[in-house]
Amino acid sequence: MSKIACQRKGEPDLSLPSKDMMAAIAVTRFGLGARPGEIDAAKSDPQGFLTAQIRREGADIPQDGGESASVRFEQMRDYQQQRRMERQQKDGEDKTAANAPKDKVMAFKDAQRDLREKVGADFLARAQLGASTPASFRERWALFWANHFTVSATKQITSVLIGPFEREAIRPYVFNSFENLLTASSTHPAMLTYLDQAQSIGPNSRAAVYVGRRRNGKAGLNENLAREILELHTVGVDAGYTQNDVTEFARALTGFSVGRDNEDRAGQFMFRDNAHEPGARTILARRYGQGDIKQGLAVLKDLSADPRTARHVCGKIARHFVSDTPPKSLTERLEKRWMDTGGDLAAVAKALVESPEAWDPTPTKFKTPYEYTLSTWRLIGAQPSAIERLAPILTGLGQKPFSPPSPKGWAEDAQTWASPDGLIKRMQWAQGFAAAVADRTDPNDLAKQALGERLTPPVAKAVSRAETRREAFALLVMSPEFQRR
Amino acid sequence: MTAQVMNRRSLLGLGASLGISVNFFGSQAFAASEGDLAKKKLVVVICRGGMDGLSVSPPVGDANYTALRGSIAMQRDQVRMLDETFGLHPALKTVHALAQQGQARIAPAIASPDRARSHFEAQDVLETGASGVYGAETGWLNRTLEALAPVRKVEGLSVGTTAPLILRGKVQAASWSPGKGVDETARLPTLLQDLYRNDPMLGPAFARGLETETMAQQAMTALSATPAMNVAAASTPNMVQPASMSPTMANDRQNRAGSEAARKLGSTLGGFMTQAGGPQIAAISLDGFDTHAGQLGQIATRLTYMDAVLDGLHSGLGAEWKNTVVIAVTEFGRTARVNGTGGTDHGTASTGLILGGALKKGGIVGDWPGLAQNALFENRDTAPTLDMRGLFKGVLADHIGVDRAVLESKVFPDSAAAKPVTGLV
Repeated sequence: MSKIACQRKGEPDLSLPSKDMMAAIAVTRFGLGARPGEIDAAKSDPQGFLTAQIRREGADIPQDGGESASVRFEQMRDYQQQRRMERQQKDGEDKTAANAPKDKVMAFKDAQRDLREKVGADFLARAQLGASTPASFRERWALFWANHFTVSATKQITSVLIGPFEREAIRPYVFNSFENLLTASSTHPAMLTYLDQAQSIGPNSRAAVYVGRRRNGKAGLNENLAREILELHTVGVDAGYTQNDVTEFARALTGFSVGRDNEDRAGQFMFRDNAHEPGARTILARRYGQGDIKQGLAVLKDLSADPRTARHVCGKIARHFVSDTPPKSLTERLEKRWMDTGGDLAAVAKALVESPEAWDPTPTKFKTPYEYTLSTWRLIGAQPSAIERLAPILTGLGQKPFSPPSPKGWAEDAQTWASPDGLIKRMQWAQGFAAAVADRTDPNDLAKQALGERLTPPVAKAVSRAETRREAFALLVMSPEFQRR
Repeated sequence: MTAQVMNRRSLLGLGASLGISVNFFGSQAFAASEGDLAKKKLVVVICRGGMDGLSVSPPVGDANYTALRGSIAMQRDQVRMLDETFGLHPALKTVHALAQQGQARIAPAIASPDRARSHFEAQDVLETGASGVYGAETGWLNRTLEALAPVRKVEGLSVGTTAPLILRGKVQAASWSPGKGVDETARLPTLLQDLYRNDPMLGPAFARGLETETMAQQAMTALSATPAMNVAAASTPNMVQPASMSPTMANDRQNRAGSEAARKLGSTLGGFMTQAGGPQIAAISLDGFDTHAGQLGQIATRLTYMDAVLDGLHSGLGAEWKNTVVIAVTEFGRTARVNGTGGTDHGTASTGLILGGALKKGGIVGDWPGLAQNALFENRDTAPTLDMRGLFKGVLADHIGVDRAVLESKVFPDSAAAKPVTGLV
């Protein structure tokens, strides 16, 4: 590699590689993979190519139907109601045979299909944006935050809200302050339903007393969101908080809810004053006086400013973009910028681009299935066209659309994805994809377009010696260099 | 697709939507030299999300149970009784039938050494077998293979697209999941092996993937020849997986299909394990046990799937069931009290299940601390009385024949306080 280094033992190499190499790294490591001509376009100023993608107004919005969370929430409620009716009719059918109104049953089926198609359309629109955007560092930055604040279709009510969640709570704030992003996420119906916050009621609130009289006391606290905000979104599991901190935070968050059908804020964030646990709270050794919505918001503000949050989240950023085991000097650099700017995410993104550790020419990150397939579409200047085809591909590769298995989100390390079965499945997909697209390509040129200066002689040789265009294409996208970034 | 003929790809689709993945490894390459030990099989079922032990084996005979559980308490006549104190959840039909024959037992207050109530930290501790989080970077099943290596050669194999921590480590674990198979006439696999020759990560992983695929094809062919399995060996090329976006949008029909898929996954795994050279040690993951709200329905579905997997495993293993021990554990239990939303929050001890034809008859494994207020851990959870490492060590020593000293030093270091549970087999 063309790299002039003067490195002391045990310290990371802080010199930068050549511009050509940096252009290839900018597009493949920071971005989602090269579209034709993209590496060339980045050559004159690779770092500027990336910083130009940082913008205060946030990430791009996928071109989906644009329905808001509240509209979707109501559609889901309607569907659930129709489903209940259908069930009641079924029970009735047993006794009174065939006089059930068929149109109602059909309405339930239609609604179910409609909702499923909408979730599919949301995902497809996001994948198309990722495959086609010229600002793919910006998109990767947004995807990082969407995974940091995971919501998952493994919960029915949440599934239809994921598209709106990313559009409303994530993308507008990814270059804003962390506090604004955290607050937007923690007050969005998708998060409030996914982590059960919407139903959490202070045990001594007016609502609990009321429900207790009417329904034998089945109303109270749910600590799911409070725990995951601490553990996953902010200070991290090793921050030293206790069970009592979790419970106190859960009490502070009571009232954070979603409006019901008959309320003004149906399907939107709603603070339920009468569900809020009265009294002062102590969380991570800080006291929060008696208060309404301000109590929970104050905790979110303090968590955002906590240096443990900076450390936890900057470590994740470094692991996502640079290495499963990033150099300490990199995470410290990011943390410092975070703390100096009060968690300004645009400044942190810029610090990442400016960090020499992020430009090490040896690629160690192994692409996740979503990143991998998107980068293959980008390579041929195309995009996925149908969710019916895209969803089975990603499911087969281990990353079912919108369905991370837990609130921790998708794993991002090579250990998880470079499994024997993972590689076999990628090869099978690469063969099929090559059969569909490779006959129209020039494999040798494609290899240069894909990897630029990162193209190594063994890969170039293997591609040039392939028997067919299809074989060459499959070899290229299965090469260690293409699967890593 | 009918339930009768479910091809492998549709099995994968359903498996994925249930959050089920299978990992198994360990082969019987040196079977002859090791005699009976080489026939012994171990399956570890990891129930992810924090499985509620008080729902798995409701202690309906405990004086404090009903009051603590409130709206989610079960009555004596709703559960499948095991003894005067414990019943099994009504969905656990197979487990109960096995228990009647002395082939299933419960450990009602088992826990890992982790107390942080974090899913991810507790799952790490369960899978690494360390005494605390970040205590080890490899999985204890992988270290078991490593420990056995000088005695008999065992190879790693996992089914599922991602590699779980429990089998990560020095022994290169293979992995496999149902798919369309490798075209052996294509040059690509050979060319890629060449391209990966100097890649320490992709080279071994890819080679192992190819080997496993070949073995899997043989196992599936053998399975399809057994009419009782109803698993077709060949995938249908034009069979497209349904692009189901929301697995929880399930109706009863889908639930039945889910159980059927779970049963077939279990029987497929059992079939694999009975193959000559098949895996001796296996791990399956079941997801979806994080029941913070509306717990009754959710856990019934999850336990139905678990029971179906175990039922399938039992039938798939056939005569080999007598050589098998199955352990089902979770990262932590849940609060003893019902929470405000008809669910339970993260707790401590839970119920572990121990099953298998190799099992000796007996009562509960470990002590039952009871649910009196002063007996609860931190006044909220079932108190742990049994460190799950003790159960693992006992089974690995007595059933699989792992040397005790090696168990203490290599497989479960820092576990001296967790005495091996002996006499299970």
